[in-house]
Amino acid sequence: MSAVIETRDLVKNYGKFVAVDKLNLSINEGEVFGFLGPNGAGKTTTLLMLLGLTEPTSGIASIWGHNSTREPIEVKRITGYLPEKVGFYDYLTAAENLDYTAALNGIARDKAAKRIDELLGMVGLADMAGNKVGTFSHGMKQRLGIADVMIKDPKVAFFDEPTAGIDPEGIEQILKLILNMAKQKVTVVLSSHQLLQVQKICTRVGILSKGRLVADGSVDDLGREKIGGGKVRIEIQVAEPSTKFVKSIQKIKGVTGVESTGELLLVSCEKDLRRQIAKVATDCDSLIVQMRIEEYGLDDIYMKYFSEA
Amino acid sequence: MSGMMAVFRKELADHFTSLRFVILLILVIGLVVVTMFIAAQNIRSYITADTHFIFLTLFIVPGPEVPVLGQVSFPTILAIFIPIIGIILGFDTINSERTSGNLSRIMSQPLYRDSVINGKFLAGLATLTILVLSTVVIVGGMGLRMIGVAPTAEEILRLFAFIFVSIVYGAFWMALAVLFSVMFKSTATSILVSLSIWILLFLLISPIAQTIAGSIVPIDQNSSLDTITKYDQIYHNIRRISPNTLYGEATGALLVPELGNMSTLQMLIGVQTGGLKPSPLPLGQSLLLVWPQLTSLIALTALCFAGSYIKFMREEIRAT
Repeated sequence: MSAVIETRDLVKNYGKFVAVDKLNLSINEGEVFGFLGPNGAGKTTTLLMLLGLTEPTSGIASIWGHNSTREPIEVKRITGYLPEKVGFYDYLTAAENLDYTAALNGIARDKAAKRIDELLGMVGLADMAGNKVGTFSHGMKQRLGIADVMIKDPKVAFFDEPTAGIDPEGIEQILKLILNMAKQKVTVVLSSHQLLQVQKICTRVGILSKGRLVADGSVDDLGREKIGGGKVRIEIQVAEPSTKFVKSIQKIKGVTGVESTGELLLVSCEKDLRRQIAKVATDCDSLIVQMRIEEYGLDDIYMKYFSEA
Repeated sequence: MSGMMAVFRKELADHFTSLRFVILLILVIGLVVVTMFIAAQNIRSYITADTHFIFLTLFIVPGPEVPVLGQVSFPTILAIFIPIIGIILGFDTINSERTSGNLSRIMSQPLYRDSVINGKFLAGLATLTILVLSTVVIVGGMGLRMIGVAPTAEEILRLFAFIFVSIVYGAFWMALAVLFSVMFKSTATSILVSLSIWILLFLLISPIAQTIAGSIVPIDQNSSLDTITKYDQIYHNIRRISPNTLYGEATGALLVPELGNMSTLQMLIGVQTGGLKPSPLPLGQSLLLVWPQLTSLIALTALCFAGSYIKFMREEIRAT
């Protein structure tokens, strides 16, 4: 796996305001990368620099080895982008809008027509192909936007707040479509501040604050690091808690602490030791009702970062 | 290149199906028809035994009396309406794409930024050409029915040159409007600024030129011919800042072959002092006369284009 999206010391200033501050990012092929941060953290600016839609003040942004500032055409040939407030020509139909995008990408007409049918079917707009986009709802436009991104068969796709202002069902559909893209080996970068959704589909997240990347990793890793103090916490519910059982757990290599509150035991350890704990339980004749690893929600992590910042 | 052609095709289709194009077409053609009907009543008194180009006369016969402008003829109508057509075709080229949220989407496709401007400009130019051509064909057709004199080869060539100059004139106004559409985020601002400049250059350039020329070379009734000529030269050169003047001079030289000089005053002085009756210039000479006006118009257009490129090329494209 090699990095397909890279930024090196990327800086963007607007006058005195620093929007992006020495950002170093590297995203591998096939990843679904969630780009998080509050409004004004520099998410969109970073995406624009990667796409060559704005020039960095300094530093390098590149996609598949093409410099975004100097070879924007090569970058745009392989990169799809769904802007935050996507617009279509209201007086054209859904199919006509996609047809124009296909033409701009130099896709032959007959090939484009087939692909448009296919894509409109995929995003659930097949019945609306001949309707003017002006009559579409926000959610429908967003799905059309996904079809618009897909039409050029991108290797990399950027989605800027794809689920903002959309009803839960619409969000579900959009996330499914994005996941589908990822299954087709498209590297996806998703900027959002809707944490639950990001957590659902992203393999890795980066948290941006004031133009700096403050965290980078999978949701599980980040949670363990930030909230669990780098430890795995295992919650065990036992039928009849016994001190013998607690003591045996403490003897397991890697366990750093056991708290017991009634039926519940909270074990802190350096890695996932559920197997060993289960073995100890049978040795001690204790009955484990349930045992689970404590998971950290992205919102916990997020709040933790921004309460500190 | 393929990107530019895609933009061109879409924009051309948009123009032809848009309501504003239909309104423009009806307006321009209606005005031409009305002018021609009134000109039809005047043409008999206008044509004498000395008239060399009867068919061309059709295009310059004065029509209805209009306040401020005096009697308007076909070229005057075009001089007024071509800028409006040009501005209407160009004023929202870039900023409407921006406000509708399409610009981010289009600019993330693999095409150069100038392809967007070029494609849209060419589509506007094609539309403009069709409008101008159709008006000339209407006037010519009505004239043929009216006077029953077929045009000569030279007249046809002169008309083609006239059409070409008219299109270049429209191209300038369109390029100016495109420049404002890049500079201003709001379409209302860009059309207002374009129209104010049009009014300034069309209506106010003469009084401004008079004032400046008068302050440099004061003239009165007792001034010598030399002084008057000097004043006239300064006055005309200042007026030539306005594309409208350039267009008027060029169409004059093309449609009135007797005009040997761009300044009617200097023509008159020549006729009076030399006691000559002007005879028509050959086509080649008329074209030579038009050449500086034409190149100035093209240069002004190029200037607007350069401005648009410089502003648009390195601009940030953000969905707002």
